[in-house]
Amino acid sequence: MSSQPEAVPELKVSDELVIKIKDMHKWYGSFHVLKNVNLEVNRGERIVICGPSGSGKSTLIRCINRLEEHQQGDIIVENVELTNDLKNIDAIRREVGMCFQHFNLFPHLTVLENCALAPIWVKQVPRKEAEATAMKYLERVKIPEQADKFPGQLSGGQQQRVAIARSLCMNPKIMLFDEPTSALDPEMIKEVLDVMVELAKEGMTMLCVTHEMGFAKTVANRVIFMDEGQIIEENNPHEFFDNPQHERTKLFLSQILAH
Amino acid sequence: MSTETSHVAGEHPDLPPPSTEVGIIGWIRHNLFSSTTNIVITVLTIYFLYVIIPPMLNWIIFDAVFSADSRDDCRAIAKAAGHELGACWAFIGKRFEIFVYGFYPTEERWRVNISFILMLAALLPVLFDNVPNRKQALWFSLIAPFVIGWLLVGGMGLTPVPTDKFGGFMLTLTIGVTGIVGSLPIGIALALGRQSHMPALRMVCVAFIEFIRGVPLITLLFVASTMLNYFLPPGTTFDLLLRVLIMVTLFSSAYIAEVIRGGLQALPKGQIEAADSMGLKYWQSMRLIILPQALKISIPGIVNTFIGLYKDTTLVIIIGLFDPLGMGRASLADTKWQGLSTEIYVFVAIFFFVSCFSMARYSLFLEKKLHTGH
Repeated sequence: MSSQPEAVPELKVSDELVIKIKDMHKWYGSFHVLKNVNLEVNRGERIVICGPSGSGKSTLIRCINRLEEHQQGDIIVENVELTNDLKNIDAIRREVGMCFQHFNLFPHLTVLENCALAPIWVKQVPRKEAEATAMKYLERVKIPEQADKFPGQLSGGQQQRVAIARSLCMNPKIMLFDEPTSALDPEMIKEVLDVMVELAKEGMTMLCVTHEMGFAKTVANRVIFMDEGQIIEENNPHEFFDNPQHERTKLFLSQILAH
Repeated sequence: MSTETSHVAGEHPDLPPPSTEVGIIGWIRHNLFSSTTNIVITVLTIYFLYVIIPPMLNWIIFDAVFSADSRDDCRAIAKAAGHELGACWAFIGKRFEIFVYGFYPTEERWRVNISFILMLAALLPVLFDNVPNRKQALWFSLIAPFVIGWLLVGGMGLTPVPTDKFGGFMLTLTIGVTGIVGSLPIGIALALGRQSHMPALRMVCVAFIEFIRGVPLITLLFVASTMLNYFLPPGTTFDLLLRVLIMVTLFSSAYIAEVIRGGLQALPKGQIEAADSMGLKYWQSMRLIILPQALKISIPGIVNTFIGLYKDTTLVIIIGLFDPLGMGRASLADTKWQGLSTEIYVFVAIFFFVSCFSMARYSLFLEKKLHTGH
């Protein structure tokens, strides 16, 4: 793969359950996208979700913060059950950060304003304080000097790092990554992965939909393979890559690792 | 063979472009004489301007008479000066007050003047964000319309002036500015309502927009001037100008709603998803994320609609209100000044052009200011 991040030392995963998905189903109209998904995530886990396109992996993590609505089954995040109750949805979204494939930065706001916006309006943090926090996270993703620029003036890799900083400003307990490097030029993938590795080292609970198998091998403690809306196989990365069980997984890996 | 000195691969320095490509000469070459077709068009254009402009200037300025007591007087003055008579602007000069104030009582016209100044002062902080103390100034902008309404209509200590005395440019400005200021928020609300997930709200908005768009403004103005009397309980008086203001505002808001809907649809879905994922509430996302971008995209369409609305105010003549165009036509009946319709129409055209062109320039200024490189 395009880059091989340095290995994350074995982090201890706590046995505190932060996400519990039970018998979850989702349909788009009459199309059954997610079929009986069961997943439990403990605090500190780094989970990589992979699978062919259309397998429902993005939909799965988008269900966790209710960007998509599930129709059956339970999703419990940080002890809050995801229902139609807006209060619960807001509570969960305050704890869960998300990074998108296309960054989704707000183009009419500067980088700093992008980062400080949600703390100011959702958490009522005073502007000065929110901006100071934003600068802190911009320094962590190594682009403090771009704070006053607009997203359109940054490269893709820089934009994605801003997006990560923007999520971190809300001080989330869980981070969701929806193909964070798929829209990037090869040269920029590493700078984004490096930031994600840093996050993992600090013990952030992460769910990451990605095709970066190098990242999966070194950072993840668990790899989940999905196909046709179902979780086909899940294992630690070592077993997953060296000893895949399911035929479908073997085929996928042979295709993705072929060159 | 290349005369260039050789460079090590990868170390070629940045060179200035050839002199024929830059500066005035470069510009002229590129834009006026780049091809045979272009040369022909350039020459024809210059010839056309040569034919058109000097006589136009003669008519408007050099052969024009600026002060006289009648058309015959104008002719005599031109003859005495030894040239053909151009425009007889004296007519406009004599009629100027009625063009500006309509039939507004002479001794109360100071109220119109103050209203005009208040309007400019109230618009300033809305249009430009580098006004000092903008926050306080915006409060003033919020109150100003009520003060202006009071000044113009009177009552509460001021002599009441019935609205059928309104006319000329003050009438155009009253209808135009009210329509513009009123239709933008209503249009935004309609556009958001049309996108709502609540079917009832959506249907009301769609029905309203489609009804208003499907009916000519003239029809609505007729409805405003006659039909409403049938619908309203007998004895209710409902000021004619107020009805016109409401109709014009509603009419324009339907168009604004559709323009803004276009802007809303142009935004990627990821914007609202990002706002959602950070926990922003619906109105927060709309106010902070979606509308600033959607309105920015919609600026050309919004201003286009406003310019249309501003010019459509001339239609009020058919329900008996006298805007500048109506005043002009009425003035033509004066036997002392017969046959001077050109002067009147040119004058009214200049007034409308100045207003509309200012709006167009402001729109460009705003687009440039809001451009953030995406």
